[in-house]
Amino acid sequence: MIEIQTQMSERAVELLGLPDDQPCFLLDVGCGSGLSGDYISEEGHHWVGMDISSAMLDVAVEREVEGDLILADIGHGIPFRPGTFDGCVSISAVQWLCNADQKTHSPPKRLYRFFSTLYSALARGSRAVLQLYPENSEQLELITAQAMRAGFTGGVVVDYPNSAKAKKFFLCLFVGGGGPLPKALGAECTDGEESQQARFTKERTRFRNVQGKSVKKSRDWVLEKKERRRRQGKEVRADTRYTGRRRRPRF
Amino acid sequence: MKLLTHNMLTSHVRGVRPGGGFPLRIQATEVKVSNVEFNPRFVARMIPKVEWRALVEAAESLGHLSNLPHELPPEYENNDDFLRKVHHVLLEVEVMEGVLKCPDSGREFPITKGIPNMLLSKEET
Repeated sequence: MIEIQTQMSERAVELLGLPDDQPCFLLDVGCGSGLSGDYISEEGHHWVGMDISSAMLDVAVEREVEGDLILADIGHGIPFRPGTFDGCVSISAVQWLCNADQKTHSPPKRLYRFFSTLYSALARGSRAVLQLYPENSEQLELITAQAMRAGFTGGVVVDYPNSAKAKKFFLCLFVGGGGPLPKALGAECTDGEESQQARFTKERTRFRNVQGKSVKKSRDWVLEKKERRRRQGKEVRADTRYTGRRRRPRF
Repeated sequence: MKLLTHNMLTSHVRGVRPGGGFPLRIQATEVKVSNVEFNPRFVARMIPKVEWRALVEAAESLGHLSNLPHELPPEYENNDDFLRKVHHVLLEVEVMEGVLKCPDSGREFPITKGIPNMLLSKEET
């Protein structure tokens, strides 16, 4: 899990297209325990992180992250002066704006408040790269529409679009101009991240099919699918010894 | 919370005039000074973004003005001495416990363990 977060942070910073060898001042939206922030520090930049969970921020403090942390709800806006940041990254956070409960503002309102204040807080010519797990295409469209309404240009970069496991969505937003959208990874390979070389393995084909995926409906497959859904931020029951057990023929 | 962050932070409470939420007045009960690697290019790049008077005011209120001039000197890019002073004030002085007060609305944002709590109630958004 930590490995994937770091990989996504690397990719997000890469997509920011910051000038070489120049230390920048970045915003990390939904910084959590500071995993992405650590990578940003490694690259020599200074950063400020925002998160709604004080428990996660406490972990970040314990881990002695270098960035400054702010306890805040991004749906209320980004409380910074215009042009403060040279860029913004976010890992697996923005989709939560769509989960507003009935009592608070509607998701589109919260999304717009977030994007419009983020747009203002970013310097001209800078970018915001937001990795997210959209529930479906409607949700992705809603998020992108509010971003465009707020003044951003850009679009969605989908890495490894053909791999169910590796597919990642990055919303790349430009403040003023920006140029062409960065190229996605793994878009040429029809197999996504799986290489086109043959895999020689002593494993019996009973447990893995030719594409290296678990046989559908097996216990492994069920566990992997549940893990995938957890990564997407969906509600998943805990795994027990009954998970994926063989049922009576009646099923 | 470093003074660099404080210099960029505003109050986003509903009804505050544009620019009225800045600068947040600091009432600190605990301040920490640490060692941060000096990068002159980063400091030189941040200086144009910094609200100089607010920075001086904030540093003074914490008792860490450290000979920072009240006015920004015209040629600072190559003034190593000056850049080091700015570096110290921006990145090495941190407010660990205290309160930030919005100048317009009077609303207070507490700071605990160096983390300002900017969560708003339903009425404030």
